[in-house]
Amino acid sequence: MAKYLLLKHYRGAPTAVNDVPMDRWTPEEVSAHMQYMQDFADRLGRTGEFVDGQALAPEGTFVRYDGEGRPPVTDGPFAETKDLIAGWMVIDVDSYERAVELAGELSAAPGAGGKPIHEWLELRPFLTAPPTITE
Amino acid sequence: MDEVLLRSLTPSVLGILVRRGADFAAAEDAVQDALVEAVRVWPEDQPRDPKGWLVAVAWRRFLDATRADTARRRREGRLDEEPAPGPAPTVDDTLQLYFLCAHPSLTPSSAVALTLRAVGGLTTRQIAGAYLVPEATMAQRISRAKRTVSDVRFDRPGDVTTVLRVLYLVFNEGYSGDVDLAAEAIRITRQLAAAIDHPEVAGLLALMLLHHARRATRTAPDGSLVPLAEQDRGRWDTASIAEGVGILQSALARDRLGEYQAQAAVAALHADALTTEETDWVQIVEWYDELVRLTDSPVARLNRAVAVGEADGPRAGLAELAALDASLPRRTAVAAYLHERDGDLATAARLYAEAARTAPNLAERDHLTRQAARLHTLLSR
Repeated sequence: MAKYLLLKHYRGAPTAVNDVPMDRWTPEEVSAHMQYMQDFADRLGRTGEFVDGQALAPEGTFVRYDGEGRPPVTDGPFAETKDLIAGWMVIDVDSYERAVELAGELSAAPGAGGKPIHEWLELRPFLTAPPTITE
Repeated sequence: MDEVLLRSLTPSVLGILVRRGADFAAAEDAVQDALVEAVRVWPEDQPRDPKGWLVAVAWRRFLDATRADTARRRREGRLDEEPAPGPAPTVDDTLQLYFLCAHPSLTPSSAVALTLRAVGGLTTRQIAGAYLVPEATMAQRISRAKRTVSDVRFDRPGDVTTVLRVLYLVFNEGYSGDVDLAAEAIRITRQLAAAIDHPEVAGLLALMLLHHARRATRTAPDGSLVPLAEQDRGRWDTASIAEGVGILQSALARDRLGEYQAQAAVAALHADALTTEETDWVQIVEWYDELVRLTDSPVARLNRAVAVGEADGPRAGLAELAALDASLPRRTAVAAYLHERDGDLATAARLYAEAARTAPNLAERDHLTRQAARLHTLLSR
């Protein structure tokens, strides 16, 4: 088994094929999209491959240590940030091929006109604990 | 097995142990052990006196734990004797537990967790599941909370408003899990209302019952939010409404108004209206005036602006809104709604989309996105 992170981007991913902002869809298309996402997560739960999924607000803050006794420095949000994560799903699957297959299905979620968005999702393998037997 | 009965006995059992001289943290652990044991044993063999059974088992657990702990310290003698069964503990013993679990020295999340366990009788696993955190994390939060209140004297009355704030949090910000936190909040508030005669406790209980009555209609089958105006009022729980209104009326009759009674009064006026059009917005504005006077809360002012928009028209609502801080959560969503009511669909669509970007949760974000999508669809026709 191997864990993968599926990352959805607000910004930073290559442009989707069906690239229309969601508030320009019809309400029915929005509902169909939500239903697809929910069904996808439910199905992975049933196959024993779903670990976690969360959505993130678009605006965040950068924070860093500023030395002993000082409050942390905060900065941002930066309008020019090139890469902006919208949310993630963690899956636990048997192979890289299965992870790609699932990411492909998620990317087919319907958007404007009821057609698949063909959105680019980023697939990142987890670095996990070392195996017991190594020789 | 009656799990609700089991949970409802928790605070009085804990109160008895503390009254017998057990320190709160150890007694609380012992009661949790007894609850787990009850879940295991009762389905086969329910005791005739459930409370007596729980006290006996919890006290034995407490003695065992203390003995193991004090064997080293040779303090065994003092704690070894089981006190003779004295008079039943008074209501005040349990009441002290509420104050302790909501003690001002605790952070809100700690007070919520401790209240649900020590007063609510939920297990750490159930509480962790409800708030979507690992069980070990919740166990740590609870034991830290117990350490924080370990020096608090148990015999001084606390401030009931701190307890109400914790129960309000459980009801209002409960996530979903195996445990219905809203129902638990109502159950605990009901217990509190039986133990203390206070109009704001009654006000909070009424507020919860009135909102709980609408629960089935608040979300569509696909999980999307249904706004108050579009809810199927025929499916509101009339028994819950009747109980809430009754409790509120006797509380208001005592003429000691507080924020929970005022909020419950607003909820009661919505419950009174058979259709959205029959809503008495003028009276609702008056209750929000009271609420603003009592709390000076920006959220109350925002809700007041919505009510003014309904009572005196969207322009009046927008004028009220203009005085509120632009960064106030949900202000943009309210502005979008009032602009739509005013007929300015383009502005409303833009504001709905903007509000969706800053929405505090997914359900609201989806709802606001749908509103923007609906108006854009209308505009493009």
